[in-house]
Amino acid sequence: MTALVARALAAGYGARAVLRDIDLALAPGMLVALVGPNGAGKSTLLRALAGLVRPTAGAVTLDGVDVATLSRPALAARIAVVPQTFDTLFPFTVREIVALGRTARLGLFARPTTGDAAAVARAIAEQDLGALVDRRLDALSGGERQRVVLAMALAQEADALLLDEPTAHLDPAHQIGTVRRAAELARTRGVIAFAVLHDLNLATLADRVVVLDGGRIVADGAPPTALAAPVVTRVFGAGLAVVQVSGRTVILPG
Amino acid sequence: MTRAAPAIAILAAALPLSLAAGILVGAVPLAPTDVLGALLGGGDPVTGVIIRDLRLPRVLAAALVGGALAVAGTLLQGLFRNPLADPYVTGTSAGAALGAVGVIALGSDISATVVPLAAFAGALASALGVWQLARLGGRTTVLTVLLAGIILTSFASALVTLLLFASDRLSLRLRAILDILSGGVAVRATSELVIAAVVVALGLGLALVLGRRIDAFVFGEETAATLGVDPERTTIAVIGAAALLTGAAVALAGLVGFVGLVIPHALRPVVGATHRTLAVASFLGGASALVLADLGARSAFAPAELPVGVVTGLLGAPFFLLLLVRARRREVA
Repeated sequence: MTALVARALAAGYGARAVLRDIDLALAPGMLVALVGPNGAGKSTLLRALAGLVRPTAGAVTLDGVDVATLSRPALAARIAVVPQTFDTLFPFTVREIVALGRTARLGLFARPTTGDAAAVARAIAEQDLGALVDRRLDALSGGERQRVVLAMALAQEADALLLDEPTAHLDPAHQIGTVRRAAELARTRGVIAFAVLHDLNLATLADRVVVLDGGRIVADGAPPTALAAPVVTRVFGAGLAVVQVSGRTVILPG
Repeated sequence: MTRAAPAIAILAAALPLSLAAGILVGAVPLAPTDVLGALLGGGDPVTGVIIRDLRLPRVLAAALVGGALAVAGTLLQGLFRNPLADPYVTGTSAGAALGAVGVIALGSDISATVVPLAAFAGALASALGVWQLARLGGRTTVLTVLLAGIILTSFASALVTLLLFASDRLSLRLRAILDILSGGVAVRATSELVIAAVVVALGLGLALVLGRRIDAFVFGEETAATLGVDPERTTIAVIGAAALLTGAAVALAGLVGFVGLVIPHALRPVVGATHRTLAVASFLGGASALVLADLGARSAFAPAELPVGVVTGLLGAPFFLLLLVRARRREVA
């Protein structure tokens, strides 16, 4: 079984250390949400897992192989990242954007193979983009664009799907839709799914929640455990109340 | 590719027509049959000289320059994710001009290979400089690219002026210098044309190979990396290709502005944003456009010849302003 693992990981920018002593193992089939206050190091952890930030100590491994030793195309075939920003001034169509997911598998001159076309078609179908394929990205709503970049990442047919604040530009209904979609993809495609989320209530929709504070993991488990009242108060301050509503954890202003 | 195919077919058909117009029209009125005769090597000697030695090289040079600048603009716009970038506004052309003027000032005789080489070196240095300057704040924005271009252009023109003052040789080569600075298509030897053609073909080939990787930059360098593209290596390759194309263009015609900006911009809504297709369309469109602009430049005050850079500047600057206003509105909105 595929495993994306951070062991004794530390990372930072220049002299500034952002992450310390991170031990995290991600397995396929479930959505793991990463939450934490601003500046906790959430995006840095996601970028380190994606091989975009070199660890200052420890390592990130994929099935035992250090991701720092993999080439960009090799990494892109295993780990896909759904970007946080997806604005462009250029009139790319939905199909062209989704096809970017195959970039790593194309040779210098290679035309797309039937495998490439099938991966793109599957991603488009899964994200219900069939009617939009020839539309320009900038003519779509925020929710539709979010589905396009998700489809782009899916077309990579990677073993791990990392989502960097996928709900940042969406209204509440689409935020919930995006998180549910990611959880469903983890199950149906059997991939590792890991999402940085700001909203704690969205995080409760995940199968597992990791709480990051000051660059360290301070809680890790099922939503009711990881987001238990003492953890939430300690990490996010006293302004929040954690209540259980018909078996579900709900975080409210306290 | 499907939506682009008809447009590319039209552009491909327009290029020979533009070339024909450029050869047929000139200061000396010539009958089409005489022109054809001269092209095939016959006819009277005077017509032969006008067509084979003057008009044909000039029209081919204009086509190469226009095509090269338009492809360089396509590359730079894709790299900077900025539809307002081109060799001229990013200072790449100014760097190339500095290189060209520099060797003319230093060397006692200008060989056909040295000027393009120096222009390429100047273009490469300034394009790398713009890239570094524009990245200073971390993220490249429309404004930082333009500001970096202004800084480099001012610096390069100051150095050119300094060279003009310091060198006693430049006064002897004033015509060549003026051609470079004002953007006049001038072919002094067939070898210049051949060298430019080889370099432009190389640059266009690189653009086609790099096209798909440039597409992956659409959401930024980091997303390009997660899609499997090495951002640093690709950036350097793209800048190298743009410098080759700009260097070849400046060596032939000096500072011809706005072709690289306007052509890809005008063609993008028609043929789409993917850079491989856009590079092909821009090459064809840029070649035709500059042949026609040069035709206008030659005809406006015939028999005196206006540098084509004046025509592209007069047409291109208002277009650039329009784009800038629209970009600002979009940022505000």
